Amino acid sequence: MFGIGASPIWLERAMAATSSKKILVALFQRGAADGLNIVVPHAEKAYYASRPSIAIPRPGANEGSTIDLDGFFGLNPNLSALKPIFDAKKLAIVEACGSPDPTRSHFDAQDYMESGTPGIKATRDGWLNRTLGVDPQKSPIRAVSMGPVLARTMRGTEPAVALNSVKDFQVRDKMAGEDYMSRYAASVDTQLKGTGKDTFEAIRLLESLRKVEYVPANGAVYPNGRLSQNLKQIAQLIKADAGLEVAFADLGGWDHHVNEVGATPFIGPLANLLREFGGSLAAFYQDLGPRMDDVVVTTMSEFGRTARQNGNRGTDHGHANVMFAMGGNIAGGKVYGKWPGLEREQLYEGRDLAVTTDYREVLGEIVTHHLGQRDTSRVFPGFSPKAQPGLFGATSATTKRS
Amino acid sequence: MKLQRALKLNTLRFSLAAILLAFTPLAAKKATDAAARFKQKLTKPQKVEHALSRLTFGAKPGDAEVVSKMGLNKWVEQQLNPSSIPENPELENKLALMPTLTLSTEQLALQYPTPQILAAIAKGRMNMPEDPAIKEVYQRLSERYKARIEGKTGKGDNPTPQAMADGQRRRVGAMTTEQRSEALKRIAPQQAVAAELTEAKIYRAALSNRQLSEVLADFWFNHFNVFLNKGADKWLTTSYDRDAIRPNVLGHFSDLVKATAQSPAMLFYLDNWTSIAPDAGARIRRVAPKARARGINENYARELMELHTLGVDGGYTQKDVQEVARCFTGWTIEEPNRGAKFRFAERVHDKGEKLVLGVKILAGGGIEDGLKVIEILSTHPATAKFISRKLAQRFVADDPPQTLIDRMAATFTKTNGDIKAVMHTMIQSPEFFSQGAYKAKMKSPLEMVAGALRATGATLTNTLPAAQAIAGMGQPLYRKQEPTGYSNNGEEWLNSAGLLARINFAVALSENKLPGIRIDKDRYAELAKSMGAPEWQRR
Repeated sequence: MFGIGASPIWLERAMAATSSKKILVALFQRGAADGLNIVVPHAEKAYYASRPSIAIPRPGANEGSTIDLDGFFGLNPNLSALKPIFDAKKLAIVEACGSPDPTRSHFDAQDYMESGTPGIKATRDGWLNRTLGVDPQKSPIRAVSMGPVLARTMRGTEPAVALNSVKDFQVRDKMAGEDYMSRYAASVDTQLKGTGKDTFEAIRLLESLRKVEYVPANGAVYPNGRLSQNLKQIAQLIKADAGLEVAFADLGGWDHHVNEVGATPFIGPLANLLREFGGSLAAFYQDLGPRMDDVVVTTMSEFGRTARQNGNRGTDHGHANVMFAMGGNIAGGKVYGKWPGLEREQLYEGRDLAVTTDYREVLGEIVTHHLGQRDTSRVFPGFSPKAQPGLFGATSATTKRS
Repeated sequence: MKLQRALKLNTLRFSLAAILLAFTPLAAKKATDAAARFKQKLTKPQKVEHALSRLTFGAKPGDAEVVSKMGLNKWVEQQLNPSSIPENPELENKLALMPTLTLSTEQLALQYPTPQILAAIAKGRMNMPEDPAIKEVYQRLSERYKARIEGKTGKGDNPTPQAMADGQRRRVGAMTTEQRSEALKRIAPQQAVAAELTEAKIYRAALSNRQLSEVLADFWFNHFNVFLNKGADKWLTTSYDRDAIRPNVLGHFSDLVKATAQSPAMLFYLDNWTSIAPDAGARIRRVAPKARARGINENYARELMELHTLGVDGGYTQKDVQEVARCFTGWTIEEPNRGAKFRFAERVHDKGEKLVLGVKILAGGGIEDGLKVIEILSTHPATAKFISRKLAQRFVADDPPQTLIDRMAATFTKTNGDIKAVMHTMIQSPEFFSQGAYKAKMKSPLEMVAGALRATGATLTNTLPAAQAIAGMGQPLYRKQEPTGYSNNGEEWLNSAGLLARINFAVALSENKLPGIRIDKDRYAELAKSMGAPEWQRR
């Protein structure tokens, strides 16, 4: 237990060792984002043939055309905020990533991606929790999952807190708060006792942050939306130097079976989500400034969507997808991964982009090179890296086009 | 310590030995212990307490005595036959304050006009309704609609809920159910529909005498989840809950599948209403050149098998998904934004031969193709197991014993999916009334809040603050975006944000700080406060 008024060891340590601390932020696009319309393979004829009415136009002068990155791939125009970061070589893209498991179930695929063990449902903890070393003296907010429930990937043996809002993270009646704290500390229900301990420790740590209105630095403007507000709070926690190590946030609504793209690429549900997604990542990058060197943000979605559009100007559940990695020592400005192509015979089961990079290769490389864990077998049990994309310039791997 | 004293007031007893055993860290030992504990019997008072905690949203003061006096078996039989129980008049009075609950979807769309209807009127494509009371609302909303389209209004005048000013939203939130019903109908009619549905769910959970029926309504809605905030589902969900789910909660499973399959809310939510035979596109384009639908959409077909019937390991393939989707082509909605009725559109149906889970469906069929699929899936052994396991997970334990699941599945198969019979098997089983099940489940946010309102005998004039509290704990009612629904595993709710929200709800309840929710502070303030403590979080 922790005594009231005593200066906890983790607080001192958190205050002391800050600048060298590496932080990993994982973002989940729930619902299977359409990677092919996010990072557009504009030099692929088959892309345009497969999507007569929902393809993003080739790079050009017209408004709403793809923003070219390397002559082959380009960004959806709603992600224009990310182009300067890509140009500054701080944003890398990995194409054709995914799971070796063939499921097209959202639930199973998210579960596998968050547990880090494709095909194995019995795994109780998540890969993000397993990146945390065992050390009881660490900060109570070393692992933060934004939102009212603790994300699957954050569950595990190391304490992690679910946080709705920094501002509201307190017991409204202070006297009662002390009472509850001792009730939880004295509980024989070990699960609730543990969660209670994590909660009250985090409440105390966040107390000072609650008192001042957070002002993003460097003129960063976070767009409206939940992901954006969550990233803003993650930035606040990082800058508070309170011992944050891993953070998780998600954005739902990517399951675009119907009318994915409107009359122009700037209209429609995909456009709306991408503007929030790109705008909030860019604001986060700007807000953190040089501190971004200590932070890597990576994005994922449970699987991709069909190469061909369906009967309703949408796309159905597919296979491979695109991942982003931003910040830290990422060798950005490049599209990584082996591109499998979109011709019929190149597609997985004749319909989806094939997976050429296991998502654990990407995450594992970040765990090794950013978090400094050479051995990733604890984080991704049963998986040994074979072909990491080389995001940190460690290998010369880059996109190979077939 | 105040809270400790308060807990003694609480009739619920806490078994130290049980809890210690349930959380032994060694996994293997835990498994054998758990198996043994599902064989350990409960005492008579524990049985009553347990039945009330599982088959209702929580005991009211005096419930345990009533059940003991009546006899547990008799009480269970009553709950399994809800029409035999007279409904609480207080609940009926509350529900009567909310007119949207009983309106047909057509009337709902008319009296609480959708943006599409307002647009149609503004563009002169539709006439104003004749009923003077409705007409008055239309006139005002149409004026605002026009003004907004022409860019004449600022944010503050905008009638859409999103743009409702913060102050106004707070005021509306603090109104009584009755006042809000009136106010929203005038300023944001669509929001009235959603608000009343949400409020009604809490009134029912807190006040209904047919508690098991209410618990099951929550279970089945969640099983066949739709998302209230997806477009037309804002005003289709009222009928879905009332007409597809509630009449069937203790009926035959296949009726639930059929009712949901043909409900506009589900057809819209999982996109089946737009799914047509691949070659039908050309056929209908000739007649309707702007037709948006141009092929198969497999979304519903997949979730029907994965989430509604067989379960993800139920042995179907991607090919089965496509074949089932073909069977359901043409199951669509007439006028989704203006009344929404189920319709089978013969001419966009795929008439070819199909093969579903090895069963041949002959070419030339119509609506019976989909009905045949429902029959195949509803009677499949994988479905019997999947549904039994899910029920046991909700009512017995996060990891229910396989022996229990097998017995329930056998009943399911023998009775052709009679839910009442399956529930009977479950409740009569030794596992149900065992130490392994006793207080083993973490309460969902709805169970936590509804249980608190019941235990404190709270007087309710506005349940929206309770709904907001539940949302803050991670379970916004009718608003789970994913088709999976909320997890029935209690661990889902074990986290710091949720715990803090529970604590803050208990504090607010004990101090009568939730608008529209009043407890007798002299009698129940301490109990209410103790509801933030660990003991209250389990059922």
